[in-house]
Amino acid sequence: MNEHFRIPRTVPRKSATFDDASIAEIRRAAATGIYDIRGAGAKRRVPNFDDLLFLGASISRYPLEGYREKCGTEVVLGTRFAKKPIELKIPVTIAGMSFGSLSGPAKEALGRGASAVGTSTTTGDGGMTPEERGHSDILVYQYLPSRYGMNPDDLRKADAIEVVIGQGAKPGGGGMLLGQKISPRVAQMRTLPEGIDQRSACRHPDWTGPDDLEIKIEELREITDWQKPIYVKVGASRPYYDTALAVKSGADVVVVDGMQGGTAATQEVFIEHVGIPTLAAIRQSVRALQELGQHRKVQLIVSGGIRSGADVAKALALGADAVAIGTAALIAIGDNDPALEAEYQKLGTTAGAYDDWHEGRDPAGITTQEPELMQRLDPVRAGQQLANYLSVLTMETQIIARACGKSHIHNLEPEDLVALTVESAAMAGVPLAGTDWIPGVEGR
Amino acid sequence: MQSSLAVAPNRAESTLDSERVFDLRTSTVRELNQKLHSLSEDTNEKFWRVENPRGRHAIAVGLDLPISVTINGHVGYYCAGMNKRADVTVQGNAGVGVAENIVSGRVHVRGDVSQSAGATGIGGNLIIDGNASARCGISMKGVNILVKGSVGHMSAFMAQAGTLTVLGDAGEALGDSIYEARLYVRGSVASLGADCMEKEMRDEHKAQLFKELESAGIAGEVDVSSFRRYGSARQLYHFHIDNISSY
Repeated sequence: MNEHFRIPRTVPRKSATFDDASIAEIRRAAATGIYDIRGAGAKRRVPNFDDLLFLGASISRYPLEGYREKCGTEVVLGTRFAKKPIELKIPVTIAGMSFGSLSGPAKEALGRGASAVGTSTTTGDGGMTPEERGHSDILVYQYLPSRYGMNPDDLRKADAIEVVIGQGAKPGGGGMLLGQKISPRVAQMRTLPEGIDQRSACRHPDWTGPDDLEIKIEELREITDWQKPIYVKVGASRPYYDTALAVKSGADVVVVDGMQGGTAATQEVFIEHVGIPTLAAIRQSVRALQELGQHRKVQLIVSGGIRSGADVAKALALGADAVAIGTAALIAIGDNDPALEAEYQKLGTTAGAYDDWHEGRDPAGITTQEPELMQRLDPVRAGQQLANYLSVLTMETQIIARACGKSHIHNLEPEDLVALTVESAAMAGVPLAGTDWIPGVEGR
Repeated sequence: MQSSLAVAPNRAESTLDSERVFDLRTSTVRELNQKLHSLSEDTNEKFWRVENPRGRHAIAVGLDLPISVTINGHVGYYCAGMNKRADVTVQGNAGVGVAENIVSGRVHVRGDVSQSAGATGIGGNLIIDGNASARCGISMKGVNILVKGSVGHMSAFMAQAGTLTVLGDAGEALGDSIYEARLYVRGSVASLGADCMEKEMRDEHKAQLFKELESAGIAGEVDVSSFRRYGSARQLYHFHIDNISSY
């Protein structure tokens, strides 16, 4: 045999099933005996707005002049029953995030940024702080199962009330704030002992089901003399039925949060495996509204993974009245900034991947209650960054709307869209690009 | 709809002010609440009587004045919800969530109450002459609740602060996942929930209980020594895998 002959060897081949992340998680679980907790929303790839394209104008539809012709962006929320509906200048709002999960300066920055461009912010599972109320021209007050900090004075100070049934990151799960972040002030606001692991209830303490919810909404309206719009927020799971039941229960506004929507702290398995993508939820909610004759009368806010004006425009074209952003707003004010890479490395992660928001060691000073970390965030500068970002989202939405010949962003429609994949075509109810085929629609 | 607002003079219990009467047979709950919310801080209309509540929901919610409201009959859900400073008496039974999220003042139900009485209440007093159903005092955050009868299952679930005093018995899983609320029960307890344990009844607790009985007007009639105290074992304040069987 030729002494130079060698038997060819196979290259090391990693399993697609047991990939690096799966193996690392098995090893971590085996070492600790406890599930993984993290912040943010689903990180897996799911059908999303990138799978849709706008058609733009053509011979049959003419565009509007980009710098000369008006394209309205205002949104009015709460026109069904509330005596004082909310008027937003842009179709992008800030989603609910608690003081506790976020630092005081971060909440202030959100308020400053949103107010600068005429939109709203939202409290979270920890009550309303005076700073937040003071820096938010329009503030939505969340009514959650825990009722931490809930009181009638703050209810009346709010511009709207959002009854939270669930959120996209964890439909069916309650809030979670671990001991590292239960500072004296957070503990006092929530009537909890300092430093404990707070695991909130997942169901409201005094109602269950849509018939009770109707009575609960009636009570909130009576307490606030029917002044405030009342939103009902659900995590996207059964959006057709949940939207219909929210309307039946008397909601002014329905908020549907897809699985890409963020959380401060939840089990990884919950985030990645419960709930449906934002793209899959919108048409179902809109169909419920249309069948009840309530589309555009009960407004629909969609959230979960909104990043760009293209995402905003696509959500609106599918029938939403507005969108809400959470994770993107945090990034805008400095979360996961590559300039902090050295500090992320010390935490065993990298900029762009940092999601241990529950540990309270955020080097950007956003998801923390540590005074020395919090003071790193300049709320004025961060607020300006958020205002800039919200302006860009709005302008990008207008660019697309004008290209489709729309004088108002709400004139965008499903007929302006096509899909790149069969899955997204079915979920969004628009044709596969280059065809007139909408999967699941009879006769197409 | 015609308002039935009328002055009922010469009532013995209204010696300083005339009592105002609101009849829900001819007026709406909206009109009642709007009227009670619109009273000024120095109003002399301090005594109100509501007739024919007929189980309607959200009666006398969101009050924020030191006024007295007596409701003659049964009420539905959330009567006296988020009450502040007012003294509300129900001469009948109450539905789900009576005095939910009460802030201050006093709510007194002469009959029985349904589920979630005093839920999430942050202050004030809730007194129930009859029995309370399941989840009495759920997520309570400082309210003092006194039930002269018995309470149903899961009462004081996740109770954070305040007191729940029960002269009768308590159902299954009392005080499940309780934080720092104090529970005083005179009768039997069907079972304790996760992380709830019996605790020693020291003098400070007897004094607190006496005060609760006093505020319900029964301090001389009931012996504080006949009660047992329950509270948090504080074993589940930090999640630990060794406690997984508790969940």
